[in-house]
Order: sequence, then C-alpha cells, then structure tokens
Amino acid sequence: MFGDYSIGELGSIFVMQGFAGLILFSVYVLMALGLAIIFGQMGVINMAHGEFMILGAYVTWMTSNLFQSYLPGLFSGYFFLAMMLAFLASGALGMLVEWGLIRHLYKRPLDTLLATWGLSLILQQAYRSVFGAREVGVELPQWMLGSLKVTDSIEVPINGIFVMGLTVSITCAVAYVIYKSRWGRQVRAVVQNRIMAGAVGINTEKVDRYTFGLGCGIAGVAGSAFTMIGSTGPTSGQLYIVDTFLVVVFGGAASLLGTIASAFSISQTQSTLEFFTSGSMAKVLTLLAVVGILMLRPQGLFALKVRK
Amino acid sequence: MLIGHQPKPFLLAVEALTVSFDGFKAVNNLSFYVEENEIRVIIGPNGAGKTTVLDLICGKTKATSGSIQFRGKELTKLKENQIVQTGVGRKFQTPSVFEDLTVFENLEISYPRGRTVFGSLAFQRDDAVKQRIEEVAEMIFLKDRLDTYADQLSHGQKQWLEIGMLLIQDPELLMLDEPVAGMSVSERAKTAELLNRIIKDRSVLVIEHDMKFVEDIAHKVTVLHQGQILSEGTMEKVKNDPKVIEVYLGH
Amino acid sequence: MIITSRFFNRSELIGFVALALVLVVILPLSLDVFRLNLVAKYLTYAFVAIGLVLCWGYGGILSLGQGVFFGLGGYCMAMFLKLEASSVENTKIQSTPGIPDFMDWNQITALPLFWQPFHSLTFTVLAIILVPGLFALIIGTAMFKRRVGGTYFAIITQAVAAILTILIVGQQGYTGGINGMTDLRTLKGWDIRPDHAKIILYFFEVFLLFGCIFIAQFIRLTKLGRILVAMREQEDRVRFSGYSVANFKIFAFCMAAIFAAIGGAMFALNVGFMSPSFVGIVPSIEMVIYTAVGGRMSIFGAVWGALLVNFAKTGLSESFPQLWLFGLGALFIAVVLAFPNGLSGIWADYVQPRIDRLLALRKSKSGSPWAGNSVADGAPAE
Repeated sequence: MFGDYSIGELGSIFVMQGFAGLILFSVYVLMALGLAIIFGQMGVINMAHGEFMILGAYVTWMTSNLFQSYLPGLFSGYFFLAMMLAFLASGALGMLVEWGLIRHLYKRPLDTLLATWGLSLILQQAYRSVFGAREVGVELPQWMLGSLKVTDSIEVPINGIFVMGLTVSITCAVAYVIYKSRWGRQVRAVVQNRIMAGAVGINTEKVDRYTFGLGCGIAGVAGSAFTMIGSTGPTSGQLYIVDTFLVVVFGGAASLLGTIASAFSISQTQSTLEFFTSGSMAKVLTLLAVVGILMLRPQGLFALKVRK
Repeated sequence: MLIGHQPKPFLLAVEALTVSFDGFKAVNNLSFYVEENEIRVIIGPNGAGKTTVLDLICGKTKATSGSIQFRGKELTKLKENQIVQTGVGRKFQTPSVFEDLTVFENLEISYPRGRTVFGSLAFQRDDAVKQRIEEVAEMIFLKDRLDTYADQLSHGQKQWLEIGMLLIQDPELLMLDEPVAGMSVSERAKTAELLNRIIKDRSVLVIEHDMKFVEDIAHKVTVLHQGQILSEGTMEKVKNDPKVIEVYLGH
Repeated sequence: MIITSRFFNRSELIGFVALALVLVVILPLSLDVFRLNLVAKYLTYAFVAIGLVLCWGYGGILSLGQGVFFGLGGYCMAMFLKLEASSVENTKIQSTPGIPDFMDWNQITALPLFWQPFHSLTFTVLAIILVPGLFALIIGTAMFKRRVGGTYFAIITQAVAAILTILIVGQQGYTGGINGMTDLRTLKGWDIRPDHAKIILYFFEVFLLFGCIFIAQFIRLTKLGRILVAMREQEDRVRFSGYSVANFKIFAFCMAAIFAAIGGAMFALNVGFMSPSFVGIVPSIEMVIYTAVGGRMSIFGAVWGALLVNFAKTGLSESFPQLWLFGLGALFIAVVLAFPNGLSGIWADYVQPRIDRLLALRKSKSGSPWAGNSVADGAPAE
C-alpha cells in the first residue's frame, strides 16, 4: 500500500490528506456538537439533524444570492451575516419542533427517533418543493478562494482554514455556554434531576426548548460551513446523520472533549485511508473500526460510566 | 481461619467487601456472616450503604474487592441470573412487578423452571405449576386476582406480589429492601404476618427502618454507618450501644 | 389454562381468517398477475415486519438494520439464481463464460471462492437462514452481553446497514454493485418469469408467510413471549428472577433476522432481482414503519401494515410523487404521537367494541358460543 511512494511524498500525502480531513473534521464537529447537546443533555435522538444543517446551508445560499443581486459591494462580507441567519433559522425551527413534537416524547427515546425521522422526510420534501431537486452551490467571496502554499508540495485552501477557525470559535463558545454561563448550569441541573430543578424554580420546559434550539442552531452554522466543501441538495443532510451519530456515541455522549476527539480520529482515519483505497472502502473500514470498537467499549471513548 | 472451626458452615460469608464509586467508598472493608435460618436485619442512617450491600450480594453492583461466599460459592464472580440460580432472592425497595402481565403470569415467570431460552419455549403450564402458583397467591392475599393485570394492583398489593414472586423462587437466602415502606397500617400488619410465615425454613436479610417491625422479627441486627459495621448483635445489645445511640440520636 | 389451550383467541381467529381470505382468495381472484406480483413484493416486507413485532414490539429492541438481514437473505437467493442464469451456454459471448455478467464486466476471470457453494440449492436454502442468523447472533451477543440497548443499539444497527450498503455498492465485481443482481431467470431449470410461475411463487410465499405467522404466534404464547414483555418493562426484575436477559434479546433479534432473511429470499424470487437499495438505512427504517402502522404488538397487524403502506406508496408516488414523502413523514409522526398501537390499536379501540356490541345484541336473543372467553388472553393491541 505504501510501497510506491517515497518517504517525502508520503509525508506530503499525510499532511495534505490530513488537512482535507480537517475540513471534514470541522463539519463533523459542528454537526456532532449540536447532536451531542441534544442527545447528551436531553437524551433525544434527532434524526432530522442533517435537515437542520441543510436548512442552514440553504439560508447561506439565499443570503449569497441576495447580496449578489442587491448588495454586490458588500459581497465579501456576506458570509458572516449568512452564518447568523443560518443559526437563527435552524434554531427557530428547532424550537418549533421541540414544542410541537419532541416535548411529547421525552419518555420514549425510540419513538422520538422514529418521529424525527418522519420529520426529516417532510423537511427533505419541503426543500425539494421550495428549492428544487437540483443541488445548489454557493459562490464564495474572492478572499476565501485560493490557497496558501506552505512548501513546494503542500498547499492548504483558505476556505478550509476559515472553516476550521470557525469551528474552533464555535466550540469554545458552546463550551463556555454549557460550562460557565448561568443558563448552562440550568441545563446541567435539568439533566441531573429534572424534578428537583423544577422545584428550585428553573423553568424546565424553557430550558428544554432553548437547549434543543441551540443544538439545531449549531447545526445551521454547520450547514453554512458545509456550503464551502460541498453542494447543497435536499438529501445532502441524510448522508451525514449516521456518521455524526457514530461520532457522538464513539466520543461518549455528554462529553464535549470526547466528541471532538472522536470527530478528529474518525475524520482523519477516513481521509487518510481514502488516499490509499477507494473512497467507499475507506468509509467501510472506518465505520467498521468504529462499530468494532463500540462493541468492545460501548460506553465510548471518554464516558466514565456505562449507560444502559 | 475461624470459619473452619464453626460447628456449622455459614450460609453467607461476606468478607472484606469494598466498593468504591469514583473514589467514594460506599461499602468499606465490610465483613459479616449469616447462618442458616437466621433472620438478620440491617439498619443504619441514610447513605450508610445498606442497599449497596444487597446490590453487591445479588450482583447488581460489582465489588471493588473482597469476597461474598454463599454455600461456599464465590458470588462476586457470578452474573445476576446465576446468583439467583444458586438460591439468592432479592426484593427491591420500589415494587418491581411486570405491569403488562397478569398476577398469574408474574408468578409463573418466577417459577424456577425453564429459565433458559429454549427451556422457556418448551415450558408447559402443568398442574404442578398451577398448583404452586395458586398456593402462593393464597399466601400473598391475591388468590382471587390471578387474572388481574399487575398495573391494576394497589401499591401494597404490588409489594405482596413481588414477595410472592420471590417466594415461588424458593430461595435459601431472601433479601428484602424495606418491605413495609409506603404501606398503610393494615397492609403493614398483613405484611408482617406474611413475612413471618415466609421466613421460616430460610435465611433472610432485611433492610428496614420500622423499629417495631425489626424488633418483631430480627434474630440479629447489624448497624451500618458510612459503609462500615458500627455494631452487631441482638436488638437489645445494639439498642444500648453508645456508638449507635450517638449516630442515631445526633451529635 | 386459557392461553395454552387455544392457539388463537377469538379476535386473533377473526384476524387469521380475514387475512387468509384476503391473501388466498380475494387478491388472487381480483388482481391481474402484474398486481398480484406487486402484492407478493409487498408481502416480502411483511416477513420483516413480523420479525420486528417479536423483536421491537415484544422485546423492546428497535433494530434499524433489518434491511441488512433482508439483503443477506435476498443476496443468498439471488446468488444461486444468478449462477444458474450464468451457465457457460448463456454467457458464451463473455470473455470468461460461466461467471455472472457483472463479474465479466469488472475484469474478474474466475468465480470467487465464496460464490462456489451457491451452485447448490440446499446450501443456498441453509445459507438464507444461517448467514443472517449467525450475523445477528454475533451483533446481538456483542451488544446485549455488554448491556447495550435502546437508542445505542438502534444506531449501531443503522451503521451496520450503512456499512453493508457501501460495501455492496463498492465491490461491484463481486456483488453487482449499485445495480444489484439482475436478470435472474430459473430455479433448478424452472422459469420464474412467466405468469403462471409468478402465481405459484405468490402462493408459495403466502404459505411461508403463514408459516412465519404461526412460529411468531407460537413464540408469543410460550413463556418466552411473556418474558420478552416482562423484560421490556422491568429488565432487572427478569434478571433477578434468574434469567439471562441478554440471551432472550439475542434470541428475539435472531428470529427477527431470520424472518427478514426469508422475506429477502422471497423478494429475489418474486421480483427477479436484488439490489443494495433494499439494504441501507432508508429501507431499513421504512421496514420499522410497516410494523408501527400495523401495531407493534400485533402479528397480523404487521402484515396489514406492510401491505397498506406499500399500496399507499405505489399509489401516491405514481400519481403525486411529491406527496409521498410528506405522507410517509406524517405517517411516522402520527403513528408515534397519536396511534402508538397502530391499526390494531385502532381496531381494538374503535371497531372491536362495536362488533362486540352487535354480538352482545345477538347474544341476548340466543346463547353465544364465545361466552366465558375473557379479555385476559390479550387482544392484538396489547
């Protein structure tokens, strides 16, 4: 497998594939963050998470179109507004879904799974009806195009660096919100003892709604980032949902650090393998490894206790 | 060791039992022995590790170190269902019966036959089973409710049903976690009567707060405090132990 | 006792007779061969749905990977049929005659080793049962012995479905890739394509389906069936009654896998091809909705669920393709939020009482033969 390449070439391959993997890692982390918040904190399996991400992608696409038609002068900065809009749109839809659907199913995790799958089908068809079945691509502003030449054989694309920077800042923000803010304390209180939290005056329903909304909102931002590395179609989100769930479970739900570490190892394994075998075999091998490890260590990489 | 010199081997020998949760030792180097046909009551303040001891014996919690010998068999190495098969029965604090099944079916599941997958496929509801179930149902005051689904029973009736489910297992060691908690006065009296009947011919390990009840049934009392034995002996001895008085009556 | 003395209670007997009447008499008489073949295709999913009743409805184990077992069964059957269709005579224009066409297209020059035994029908039939059965045994043992269940298990099974699909699509030289195995022709020299063959295959499938229904009903009525129910609500109590909970879960999961595999094999026979589009995540979760629509605790409901959802799918996607996904999505939500017991629940709540009232009216005039039959032996709903 490695025989045909010189050491220097192999080094470059690992670095380049590693970087390609980092963009995949960013999308995984952003997707998984939202999912991990919802699953880890609320125990809800949101199968429509990919569709929330795609909503963010469509919002980004629409914003870019708007800027192109009406505000071409400000086009270089549209992306920041698009991200915020994506967060708000997905977050608002998430809160609506929590109110209309999820809150009736908190005691029935397996049923939530089926119901949110139904929701994902509806959203997919809605996207198809509104935006058409064809995939759309977002035009990037000039400054994000091109790449930095690090050495003769290593180049890194600027939008990749941007996506990663974005991921890092959002992860830090989420970590701050969950671990340091007053609201984060309320969320953790509700997770540990719902009745007690209610008794000490926390509005548990509101906490649930905002938690779900936050998770979905982050998925929307993930969608914004996603537009830079892939084109957006009604079913693009579905392709990521199982991978992302594996990331969350593999990392040990409820552990932010675990989620990041597992997103990193999964995306790097896949990206590196991709260079040496076909893309599909890389995926099969990666998933097999993850499932195999989960069978040996069902609590995931970083969880302290085995969940039932 | 001493055990070898005893006239009669202990039914249950717990030695140097320790379990720690993330560094907190809920049970700490605990040793005690239960003889055949002995009624042992464990008392102690909240958080003393009483329920954890029962969890450890029945395999629900794995010990960090130490040993639990039941009739010479090491229980810490066995799975829950194997422990049950060696003859240890456990009743939980909150009644845990199968609400989607009838009283009859609840008792039938506890009948100690056909406990493997294929054994349960081949299991026949023959006369021996029916007779035994009716016998037990009569004992637990539920004879006329055999076809009732368990979710229709009152709290006390569920407790009785669970006791009945243990009874039908016919364990040599019966472990009861607060069997009269949450019962009405009349239910309590009936339960005491029931327990007094079923604890014959077997050893029983009971956790209970109701001192009147404890005095009625206990041969020997073990007082736990912070995962360790504070005092052990007859009710009379324990009641007058200054250490116990201090723990119970405050500082 | 009530339960062991009679295999079906009254409402189940009605369900059985009604289903038999529809499948054996009404549908074959009223539909042309094309439509009857469609029904045969739908019924292959009924096998999966019955398995899910045992595994999910009774055992509480939601598998989102039943497509894996459906696919394994289907591919085993398809491999046999494909080999028979790829005789040296039929494939003499290939550069390597005697191997399946897709292998030839992918520059494979000899039949791979794992294909060899599929020349034998006996081996194939055994493989249809054993390959998925053993695979389920491995997954089940690995997961349930470590007490992984619930949503974790669901996600792992989903990942397995994803892995198998990608593998089948990627290894097209060995599996036929995305197109699957097409152009299946004969079974031991008997052509499976003409109309009369389709009718015979339909009846054979219905026969097998009733076989599975009887097996499922038998399991349901044994103590094992009650242990599954008990386990679903109080796993610990079952454990502390001396049972190995993991073994019972493994059994339910394996049975569901085997039923699904039989369905898959019948799919290959009746439809004449097998492809990865019946293996992956999406078909697997759709298989769950058949059971949910029929009523997760009802064996007959599962069959109706598979039939009705698929009829609706064909009908809607022929005339209003956009509506189908909306409809399916709404179905998922409705069946979870409003009708957790599906059709059989609706039947038990709304239809059955009316029939009972009618019968009661009649009974007041003459003695009822059903007198003394209590509800305790379980209406299909619960």
